[in-house]
Amino acid sequence: MEVNEEQKTTAGVLKRIAGPVVTAVGLNAHMYDVVKVGNEELMGEVIKVDGDANIIQVYENTTGLRPGEPVSNTGLSLAVELGPGLLTSIYDGIQRPLEVLVEKMGSFIERGVSAPGIPRDKKWEFKALAKVGDDVSPGAILGEVQETNIVHRIMVPPNMKGGRIATITSGSFTVEETICTLEDGTEFQMMHRWPVRVPRPVMEKKNPTIPLITGQRILDGLFPIAKGGTAAIPGPFGSGKTVTQQQLAKWSDAEIVVYIGCGERGNEMTEVLTEFPELEDPKSGKPLMERTILIANTSNMPVAAREASVYTGITIAEYFRDMGYDVSLMADSTSRWAEAMREISSRLEEMPGEEGYPAYLAARLSEFYERAGLVTTLAGASGSVSVIGAVSPPGGDFSEPVTQNTLRIVKVFWALDAKLSQRRHFPAINWLNSYSLYLDTLGPWYDTEVSPEWNPLRSWAMEVLQKEAELQEIVQLVGSDALPETEQITIEVARLIREVFLQQNAYDAVDTFCEMKKQYDMMKAIRSYADQSYAAQAAGVSPTQIISIKAKNDLPQIKFVKDYEPMLDGILKAMESEFTTLRSSA
Amino acid sequence: MKEYRTINRIAGPLLFVEKTEPIGYEELVNITLADGSVKRGQVLDTSDELVVVQVFETTTGIGRDSGVRFTGEAIKMPVGREMLGRILSGGGKPIDGGPEIVPEKRLDITGAAINPYARSSPADFIQTGISTIDGTNTLVRGQKLPIFSAAGLPHNNIALQIARQAKVPGSTEDFAVVFAAMGITKEEANAFMQDFERTGALERAVVFLNLADDPAVERIITPRLALTTAEYLAYDLGMHVLVILTDMTNYCEALRQIGAAREEVPGRRGYPGYMYTDLAGIYERAGIIKGKKGSVTQIPILTMPGDDITHPIPDLTGYITEGQIVVSRELHRKGIYPPINVLPSLSRLMNLGIGKGHTREDHKKVSDQMYAAYAEGNDLRGLVAIVGKDALSERDRMFLEFADLFEQRFVRQGIDEDRTIGEGTLDLGWDLLSTLPVEQLSRIDRELIEKYHPKFRAK
Ligand SMILES: Nc1ncnc2c1ncn2[C@@H]1O[C@H](COP(=O)(O)OP(=O)(O)OP(=O)(O)O)[C@@H](O)[C@H]1O
Ligand SMILES: [Mg+2]
Repeated sequence: MEVNEEQKTTAGVLKRIAGPVVTAVGLNAHMYDVVKVGNEELMGEVIKVDGDANIIQVYENTTGLRPGEPVSNTGLSLAVELGPGLLTSIYDGIQRPLEVLVEKMGSFIERGVSAPGIPRDKKWEFKALAKVGDDVSPGAILGEVQETNIVHRIMVPPNMKGGRIATITSGSFTVEETICTLEDGTEFQMMHRWPVRVPRPVMEKKNPTIPLITGQRILDGLFPIAKGGTAAIPGPFGSGKTVTQQQLAKWSDAEIVVYIGCGERGNEMTEVLTEFPELEDPKSGKPLMERTILIANTSNMPVAAREASVYTGITIAEYFRDMGYDVSLMADSTSRWAEAMREISSRLEEMPGEEGYPAYLAARLSEFYERAGLVTTLAGASGSVSVIGAVSPPGGDFSEPVTQNTLRIVKVFWALDAKLSQRRHFPAINWLNSYSLYLDTLGPWYDTEVSPEWNPLRSWAMEVLQKEAELQEIVQLVGSDALPETEQITIEVARLIREVFLQQNAYDAVDTFCEMKKQYDMMKAIRSYADQSYAAQAAGVSPTQIISIKAKNDLPQIKFVKDYEPMLDGILKAMESEFTTLRSSA
Repeated sequence: MKEYRTINRIAGPLLFVEKTEPIGYEELVNITLADGSVKRGQVLDTSDELVVVQVFETTTGIGRDSGVRFTGEAIKMPVGREMLGRILSGGGKPIDGGPEIVPEKRLDITGAAINPYARSSPADFIQTGISTIDGTNTLVRGQKLPIFSAAGLPHNNIALQIARQAKVPGSTEDFAVVFAAMGITKEEANAFMQDFERTGALERAVVFLNLADDPAVERIITPRLALTTAEYLAYDLGMHVLVILTDMTNYCEALRQIGAAREEVPGRRGYPGYMYTDLAGIYERAGIIKGKKGSVTQIPILTMPGDDITHPIPDLTGYITEGQIVVSRELHRKGIYPPINVLPSLSRLMNLGIGKGHTREDHKKVSDQMYAAYAEGNDLRGLVAIVGKDALSERDRMFLEFADLFEQRFVRQGIDEDRTIGEGTLDLGWDLLSTLPVEQLSRIDRELIEKYHPKFRAK
């Protein structure tokens, strides 16, 4: 973020400094104005007006600030810069490019340094699509730039008036050079700013009907999220929130990915930075980094910037949506965001709500998730933002306010479970507690794109898992031998569903991504074992014999094989012949 | 520098000073007592009317007549190569009878955040010689991997064993240990010091000691002094530094005490709402920086109040650190050393430091398979207690036996037993797994089984 010198309006002085929140007087500022604090002109934002006093959250470390230092108001709101140059970037919470900060101040984040969000000197090849004489309205596409392998569409900023095009030129431009003028003299550049706390307008919000395919079996298969949908993934520490989010960032079939590391670990962001350029998008074959934007405001970076990071991310996501793209946004972790709100709020001495969180926690969360959606853009195209938020409940207890308020809003709930992660059942998503409210609307897609058999197969698997849970309770009391024969088989089938289908190793080169067709084939194979087992049992074969069918034990192996079909065929044939032998000797 | 005698109120570790000139936030403050002794503090809140100072020592002897000087700068730590081999107080003053440290540099103890873009991904496997760490919860250079323990458990022995045995196989680079004690007993401290002396480790160590009877608030700066020293050794002198912080529980208690003195709205169980951010400011100081030779690896130790892993101290720590090694009372009671319970333990950076080119290609899958088998066997123990062993299927009995074997052979080892990763740990893992039928090893690809499984190896 950068603010022009001449835009400073009024001058004030610092009165009090206590942590990231400071008080200034004489500023005459409005709520959410961006101000420059102290001799070093640290960036801050007005978050409370109290008589002549303005309470400011400062986005940088406030050590050494003294009462009496100057504060000036820029009169602008906190905004992000939107234009070519966003892709592959890594930003802090207020869109300062971390790469540039390293050049300017070395390996550690010092303060008082500003850096533009997108490069000013770089020239981009702009190809005009609109023509002189065209009438363009806000959001209309003027032209495009081949940014990475992604085409970056240049739009009339939604907060400007449209009109008739007087000039428009293809050619090589920086983001600040004018590429188009209107008859009324309005000039457009490739870059514009958008205030992060204001959702970008759309023509219409629609109901999602297409799943975001993630290549993760338990997600696509059992609890799918729609393109334009919302999901929450709560879980205690070490249960797999970050790994799941990163899997989605890698493999989901979104066209653009915005990944927000909000108050989490530095090494995790480094991992993404080192890994993504090496990985290929399964669809385009291009490095995954080319479609990715990272926001990294780690746990030890200033909390106020952590609070802003989520807005910075969602605004960038909306911007790409407005170009007609399917964007997915991961926020890891929304709890750290909520805690930043809590920390700031407690310094404002606001009346705390539940567990010290501010009373507006629920409102902020729902405003954020409301910015997801499948939309018709102002230009009439279809675009979407899917939002997946990690939640980190204290002590892993889901009854706390952030989890509860999030669950009230989101449509998909992937409940991580420490019991599963402790036994290295990954993804440690509890299949009994999790849900997707998109199942019905997505059903037709699975019918036509996967198989008409898929939806019944899914319901069957869920029933088996439910049944297993009930049976396990009995087993815990009396042992498995005491179960009726059919139910001993059910237990074995459920084990296969868990160990073959649900377990998926994010670190295995092949298993990390599983296409829908393979998911279907795997589930069908388990179903085939189940059907043959019940038939054999009815024909008098003992459960012990059925359970010791050897071929089914090879099913997990197909996870690790790319061209799995011949292997699977072999297993199915072997299984059939084992059953035939069993039945004939019964 | 002007001296004020305008202390208006003293509450716990806090002084409220009036009528000052503009004072900087987080400035270092010197307080002179009537007897001429000087105590140090830091500005927590500053405004025209009032400055709140947190004193790092006891406030005993401070009165309204004490002199307050604001130094105009943040707390800095003098650092130098000579610190190696020295023992300092929790406040950074030499207590080994040696000379003052001649500083080569004075560094801000808060430490700025490492720019994530400047970090380099940890990838070097550290062999600790302990199977439950190397095999199943691998430590890598630049990681922060705490030990979650509880009162009366041998976490100090484990930490010492790690400090003694830790090495990066094949590397001869410079290393150092920075040890920071916060509120531990004299006896515990002695055990550490004796071990350091016995093994000659002290020469390569810098020790900070804040003992149980030292001022609690000093504990707020002890880990920061230790990490500032570690960063200097790592990034200026190019050493690989292992930082042991013990006991973080005492640190958090000090934090709570200050919060209470400031009359802040407390968070969960009375700990300040900003404890996550505060702890992150300590733990995130582990890492490796691109273009610099050294690294900072952290092993914080904490004792879980009431053995409760959901208590805010272990909980918030676990949310920041890259895994945790959990010490179990149950295994300790069974007489197993080191009593590390692998099930709730985790190393998140393990995958970066193991496998082909690091340890061995079968590492990950052997580890996963052992976890799964041990977890299953462990569950069955509950069932056996109710229905008896006879009600178990044959398959179940095998897993039950595996769990016992795993504890007795894989977990248990000598306090000076230094196992290599290949033959010492992974092959041992395969030996144990070979007690299960091959087809039960569903986590391992056929290829690896054929290469490493004893049944096939023997052929
Ligand atoms: N799908 C998976 N496949 C394999 N391993 C996994 C998977 N998911 C999680 N893990 C394992 O679990 C560990 C912890 O996962 P992760 O870091 O995602 O936890 P988290 O929920 O984000 O924790 P925190 O809240 O502390 O950040 C990983 O380091 C990895 O070892
Ligand atoms: Mg995480």
